Amino acid sequence: MELFLHQLLAGIATGGIYACMALAVVMIYQAIDHFNFAQGEMAMFSTYIAWQLMQWGFPYWLAFTATVVISFIGGALIERALFKPIRTAPILSQIVVFIALFSILNSLAGFIWDYTIKSFPSPFPAEPILGNRLISAHDLGMIGVTLLLLALLYLHFRYTRLGLAMRAAAANPDSARLVGIRVGWMVALGWGMASAIGAVAGMMIAPIVFLEPNMMLSILLYGLAGAVVGGLNSPGGAVFGGFAVGVTENLAGTFVPVVGRELKLTIALVLIVCVLMLRPAGLFGRAAVSRV
Amino acid sequence: MPSLGLSLEAWQRFALIGAILVAAALPLLVKNFTVFQLTLVMVYAIAILGLNLLTGINGQFSLGHSAFYAIGAYTAAIMMDRFDASYLLTLPAAGIICFVAGFLFGLPALRLEGLYLALATFALAVATPQLFKLSLIERWTGGVQGIVIQKPDAPFGLPLSQDQWLYYFTLAVVLVMFWAARNLVASRTGRALMAIRDNPLAAAAMGINTAVYKSLAFAVSALYTGVAGALGAIVIQFVAPDSFTFFLAVSFLVGLVVGGVGSIPGALIGGLFVLFVPNIAEAISKGLAWAVYGVILILVIYIMPKGAAGLVRLLARRFLRGLSSRS
Repeated sequence: MELFLHQLLAGIATGGIYACMALAVVMIYQAIDHFNFAQGEMAMFSTYIAWQLMQWGFPYWLAFTATVVISFIGGALIERALFKPIRTAPILSQIVVFIALFSILNSLAGFIWDYTIKSFPSPFPAEPILGNRLISAHDLGMIGVTLLLLALLYLHFRYTRLGLAMRAAAANPDSARLVGIRVGWMVALGWGMASAIGAVAGMMIAPIVFLEPNMMLSILLYGLAGAVVGGLNSPGGAVFGGFAVGVTENLAGTFVPVVGRELKLTIALVLIVCVLMLRPAGLFGRAAVSRV
Repeated sequence: MPSLGLSLEAWQRFALIGAILVAAALPLLVKNFTVFQLTLVMVYAIAILGLNLLTGINGQFSLGHSAFYAIGAYTAAIMMDRFDASYLLTLPAAGIICFVAGFLFGLPALRLEGLYLALATFALAVATPQLFKLSLIERWTGGVQGIVIQKPDAPFGLPLSQDQWLYYFTLAVVLVMFWAARNLVASRTGRALMAIRDNPLAAAAMGINTAVYKSLAFAVSALYTGVAGALGAIVIQFVAPDSFTFFLAVSFLVGLVVGGVGSIPGALIGGLFVLFVPNIAEAISKGLAWAVYGVILILVIYIMPKGAAGLVRLLARRFLRGLSSRS
């Protein structure tokens, strides 16, 4: 029972990270209708920036804030420079540009900061809270940060003019343009926000997996899976999906005999595909209705 | 648009015959390693062609074709290593097994569209290396170590090196596969597949059984990729789980887009790109090789949004128009 509880909590904790990534994925998906395959590498790059700032002597939270701002600007710039010129190109061409961005960021990070594994500090106290050995303070903090982000996003999209404009630009660009919304800038804004969320996810996961250019590979995969399970047009669903994937992965790895350890990833993915078979638009997604 | 008294079709036929003659002469002119590389280009071209039948012709995404490539490669390796089968037999066997595997995967995938299908196939690509590493089936797959196989010699005492013989053998397979793909696309089935790509609802309304055709497209596409995998295993003489990562699936996709989505000859250009451009990038800068690769990729997309096939078509049309206006 204690093992079960332990694995469950560990699953929820890693799920928090997947949830952050899933959230970032859904943000860009809302803005441009595509997966961003380079999302993980963007988050990794942001984390390196934070690490570099701390090496230069910045205190944690200052480096954290600066990184979020830099990532926001960087994300918006990437959209302006790389994706605006090909906005009307076929989807496959855009996916290839995502792949290109992925390999550029990965290679650059390795070139600038080399491939040695670096440790990254956690902002939360090292000793367990209340003598509770089941879950570390960092894990708890991570879950808290994820939920806080989700709440902020909800408020932004639900109650601010800018959030409304962004939703309008995504839902119906032509009509949005007619009422005076600058759709191009809304897309760039979506990229910026996704990049900033990714940066937070990166800085939260780095103390656990350590910092190196390939740290985000499997995390992005789980993040995508979470986003799809939850539904690509539902940020709340994406967060739920992220947690669900984290828990499933941990429990399957521990309790499915023989193949559990070797096939952790595979089992999680099979489950995801099964969910999709039952609900093709994700658990919380709305299915698009097609009319003839 | 006649020019120099020849139609566009005649020009195309000349180009094709010329290309085959050049391809047949090449291995006698260059060194063995280049012959080996060119053979691999053709192997990738077959795999990219398979992906093209699915994506370019039928409009379904796949990020998981490395899985079918792996199944084909392992089929060949296991048959040759454990059962002493002739390499000639491995190709049809790999094709049939992958056809079935593709059909079985295509059936449930019917419910998924666009990005959701992309994710399901992505999962397939990531899971495959793990499955081949599984200790339960290590007896056949060789586990993490993989399997080493022998290169076949040229038959009938032909005075060719092993690499040269494999080149001609692959060339023959390529010709058959490309010819079959061309005929498939031009057939009634091919038109049904394209109708589903362009407008699934209209296609269904016209009485096309979209479910059957989409699964079939998956199966045929997997067959092509599986044959390519078997050939690839014979050419490289080695299979191991880590040769069939997601990166391979991405390479196929890159080759498809660079060559030209929906274009059959484009697959060859895609194969050339996939094999040689990473080497070129490395020659430009060792430390930043993949960054250079990424930049090249972006430039290619900006310069040729419709792939190399689109560019060639455009240039050919200009050239012919120039000829006809002069005469």
